Amino acid sequence: MEKIFARLSQVSASLVFVVLVSTLVTLYISAKPAIEEFGAKFLIDARWGVDVPIEPPSSDHKPAQQASQSSVSNAHLDNGTNAGDEDDGINVGDDDDGINVGGDGVVSNAPHKEVFGGAVAIVGTVFSTIIALLFAVPLAMGIAIFLSEIAAPAISKPVGIAIELLAAIPSIIYGMWGLFYFGPFIASIFGGHSVSLLVAGLVLGVMVIPFMAALSRDAINTTPDVLKEAAYAVGATKFEVIKDVVFPYAKAGIIGSIIISLGRALGETMAVAFVIGGVFEFAKSVTDPTNSIPVVLANNFSESSGLSLASLFYLSLILFVVSFIVIFTAKHYFLRRGK
Amino acid sequence: MKDIANIMEIQDFSFTYPKAENPSLKNINLPIKENHITALIGPSGCGKSTLLRAMNRIHDLYPGCHYEGAIKLKNQDGSIGNILDIKKENDFIALRQRVGMIFQKPTPFPMTIYENIAYGLRIAGIKNKNDLEEIIVKSLQDAALWNEVKDRLHQDARGLSGGQQQRLCITRVVALKPDLMLFDEPTSALDPISTLAIEEMILGLKEKYSIAIVTHNMQQASRISDYTAFMYLGDLVEFNDTDVMFTNPKEQQTNNYITGKFG
Repeated sequence: MEKIFARLSQVSASLVFVVLVSTLVTLYISAKPAIEEFGAKFLIDARWGVDVPIEPPSSDHKPAQQASQSSVSNAHLDNGTNAGDEDDGINVGDDDDGINVGGDGVVSNAPHKEVFGGAVAIVGTVFSTIIALLFAVPLAMGIAIFLSEIAAPAISKPVGIAIELLAAIPSIIYGMWGLFYFGPFIASIFGGHSVSLLVAGLVLGVMVIPFMAALSRDAINTTPDVLKEAAYAVGATKFEVIKDVVFPYAKAGIIGSIIISLGRALGETMAVAFVIGGVFEFAKSVTDPTNSIPVVLANNFSESSGLSLASLFYLSLILFVVSFIVIFTAKHYFLRRGK
Repeated sequence: MKDIANIMEIQDFSFTYPKAENPSLKNINLPIKENHITALIGPSGCGKSTLLRAMNRIHDLYPGCHYEGAIKLKNQDGSIGNILDIKKENDFIALRQRVGMIFQKPTPFPMTIYENIAYGLRIAGIKNKNDLEEIIVKSLQDAALWNEVKDRLHQDARGLSGGQQQRLCITRVVALKPDLMLFDEPTSALDPISTLAIEEMILGLKEKYSIAIVTHNMQQASRISDYTAFMYLGDLVEFNDTDVMFTNPKEQQTNNYITGKFG
């Protein structure tokens, strides 16, 4: 019995690693064509699905160029077959197919390849997350402190329940709310578009606030009363007690709540898809539309194959790694105790 | 009883917790003698901690407490003020710096050993780095803690042992030079050796400070205190010299308690 129990829990625990590693491996395998094709340049290339003529082999590396050429034409063929329904956003207007067909006589003999780059989506993801956190962290901390330290139980109970209800709202509802009401509202204040990086960041922020606030409140509530009393007993004011005793004591839990929210914001798809605009252009200002990794994935999977599909997998692999690194470093950097 | 000045005088004091029907303390009259140790003993729930916590009004952190009577505290200029009249936050801060408190469990703040002591000092208005350093080193030496912590002053105080943490908490209060120090069962979470160290520390403090200590442990009361108050069910049953109290108490109830017939 003891052994079975130990074994069972062992199996459950090892499942974590199996899932983690297998996800990583499948992502990598699916992304491999795109990784081989674009390499690290994918990270800084802002083009997505843009057709470019292949220049005569002069640049970087020659043998690779040759190899890729054949794979490119394959991918190209694939693309051609379902070209009809390949249609997304801005860069589609002057899509490869148009050029291919139209410019038959002269240009078509020159080899073409489709280029994919993740820079816009990566930058969009990072910045929308940063905006979300800048907006959410102070508010969530305010809520958490109010609920745990300042409000009387008669107030903190109903507000606490309201926060938990907010956390339960499905993200698509936030998306619709953002698209139809919040976005235009923000645009009327800050100008620019009603779908934009700013709106996406703020909607994300609104979404993660309940999590952050509820978890931080729980962390703050773990501060022993006697510790606070001891601080009051050396003459500290309420603000000083919160700043110097409660916060440092609950630091691990508070940072944990921020990290969880960060992970959620990085990967959030539906709400952001509604309000970020989904165009492959860098936002010149925060009120411009742009794109984020999960949104690119969600919007393009059904219409992708071959190299473009591999590029999507490449992008998801990047998201995976970025989330992992962010959370891992955040945890290690912030949760170290003392100095 | 010898005639010794009182640092604090509790007069007809009654206390009711928030939302409670009946008072937890009823008409308490108790002097706290200057530069002596007064122990409060009694079975659990008798109100001794409640009384102690009224002496620096730490109760007021939780709204709805009800006081009656007076708790008079002698000011440094010799005048006498009733601490139950305090209403403003600044006056509470001043009161709590003058009447320090040490709790049942060690309560190191989540900061370094140095900062733990500096914290209250800074609140008290001592900001100069050299002054701080001097007071902190001196306090730690007085507390016989210096040798144990001098190499790790800037490490987290929570890394100390339980006994060291508690001595740090006492040092932290002593550094503020309070008029009265309140100990709320300061050794109940500690092993016998740490307890001994704390008791020695408290005994050493009475030269300069007035002390009130709540304890479960009657041997502790008899070892370190000069006066003892026995409380039972919210009443002060007897207040006497510790020697008299433990050999020849006036009240039958006191006798029953200290001889172990109940409690």
